[in-house]
Amino acid sequence: MAISEERLKTGITPSETRPLTVTEMEAIARRLRRHIVSMIAKAASGHPGGSLSAVEILTALYFNVMRHNPREPGWSERDRFVLSKGHAAPALYSVLAECGYFPLEELSTLRQLDSRLQGHTDRKVTPGVEMSAGALGQGLSFSLGAALAARLGLQKYHVYVLLGDGECDEGQVWEAAMAAAHFKADNLTAIIDRNEIQLDGWTRDIMNLEPFADKWRAFGWNVIETDGHDITQLLQAFEKTRNVKAQPSAIIAHTVKGKGVSFMENNPDFHGKAPNKGELDRALKELE
Amino acid sequence: MAVQEASLRDKYGQTLVELGRENPDIVVLDSDLSKSTMTTYFAREFPQRFFDCGIAEQNMVTIAAGLAASGKIPFASTFAVFVPGRCFDQVRMSIAYPHLNVKLVATHGGISVGEDGASHHAIEDLSLALSLPGFTVVVPADAFETAQAVQTAASTQGPFYIRLCRPKLPSVYSADYRFMVGSAATVKPGNDVTVIATGLMVGPALEAATALQAEGIGCRVISMSTLKPLDEQAIIKAAVETGAIVTAEEHLAHGGLGSLVAQVVVGNHPVPVEFVSIKDTFAQSGTATQLLEKYGLTARDIERAVCSVLVRKR
Repeated sequence: MAISEERLKTGITPSETRPLTVTEMEAIARRLRRHIVSMIAKAASGHPGGSLSAVEILTALYFNVMRHNPREPGWSERDRFVLSKGHAAPALYSVLAECGYFPLEELSTLRQLDSRLQGHTDRKVTPGVEMSAGALGQGLSFSLGAALAARLGLQKYHVYVLLGDGECDEGQVWEAAMAAAHFKADNLTAIIDRNEIQLDGWTRDIMNLEPFADKWRAFGWNVIETDGHDITQLLQAFEKTRNVKAQPSAIIAHTVKGKGVSFMENNPDFHGKAPNKGELDRALKELE
Repeated sequence: MAVQEASLRDKYGQTLVELGRENPDIVVLDSDLSKSTMTTYFAREFPQRFFDCGIAEQNMVTIAAGLAASGKIPFASTFAVFVPGRCFDQVRMSIAYPHLNVKLVATHGGISVGEDGASHHAIEDLSLALSLPGFTVVVPADAFETAQAVQTAASTQGPFYIRLCRPKLPSVYSADYRFMVGSAATVKPGNDVTVIATGLMVGPALEAATALQAEGIGCRVISMSTLKPLDEQAIIKAAVETGAIVTAEEHLAHGGLGSLVAQVVVGNHPVPVEFVSIKDTFAQSGTATQLLEKYGLTARDIERAVCSVLVRKR
């Protein structure tokens, strides 16, 4: 599915043009998954598990929720999406390319010398990338800065930030969580990709996060839990964050690591391992 | 001669207020030390544009990065021992790598912090800041230069690390001095030997040069307030014209001014160099004067280093 010329000109802004239907977005999500496994296989390295788990979240944001303009990535009024879990860069690159920030063909240059698609995001070189990430735990603080800048400039944009659940082991996440509530950043929404797996294994075994939602609530956040692969539910969750005042929102999106590829699902081995040729063929077949 | 001393931190705080009046994009962050870093002046006048982040330096510098990415000009302050040290990865990843327009102004650099002891003595901060690609690193030598360096940082795109010390310092520049990034200042002429000093050590360097003058030694004193980008030409010129160099800094011998000067000298015009700096050790509690004396950072230490380097020059 390509974005029409008209939509590219006006920006993908749900308020101004027809938002995509859930069925249309589900088709895009399948395309994103195919891009992700293909580009990681080509690069022969990368992180498929946490990229695949975030696909519906990114699709809902970029094709329905956010106001942004692929023709003008630096548009000052754009809603910001900050990828804090930088290893999910293939998911972000895929959705940016589908939106038209850069050509789809460029996805196959992931991780190659002189490519604009670095192994982890680099905001200097990739159109549409808000933050250079890869060292976990910093995106929420960065997003809070962007949210405070909106307030100072009397701007209306909203800041969305995607964190991994394993990433929430980092102490800085909780420094930022405390500060965002303290500064009453109601134009900030954190989405946590709760796929329950980190590199070394299940989060409950490596570093238990529970009671996870209670932690965010205790830090002063408006918390919504949802199925992170159900676009309808995700849209409802984003809707619920919109009119919250004086409080940041956290959407805990329950997801499956490696979602969509049977042998990657719930398999910690595919946190940071590329599929080989045979695995890629199997994956693409499943994603048809 | 009575020398007027002034607080660099106080001048920093006042300059921020002036900048805040001129430019609504100036914002200031602190991590619960605003009464020591003197960002409190700005907080009082512009409460909406001041963010006290509590005792959370990693969060503070990354919030600053987010503000900069949306067009603000953030000044983030705490003690030099906490930034860049405490939050080095955040400074590296969120500010240096994306080359964002964040100004880190750290006070309480070096051992002249005094009685608080080694936990509060930043003796490696310059090495850390200098290691980051694209950072501008400045150590003003007096309050007059502090104001100019802070103004320059506000109007110059890119990340800055400015290190200020706790004690008041005598003025070392004439009234017509103009700070420029990457430009060293010759604060005393001389052709027998050059002392290249930075920050709080410029004063003792001048004192040493005056004492040596009485013995007939013409000692040039260069204030190297910008450590990065480095004024290599001034160093090469000093090596060529005076044939011997002493560096003086309130920092470990490794990775600071001495290391920078040695690299330039060796690569361009090798001459003997001596280093006045903190040797491979942590300091301790004491008054600033006691500590500077114990750890070899006085005018007398510079004089001794000059004599050593002149012996090697022969």
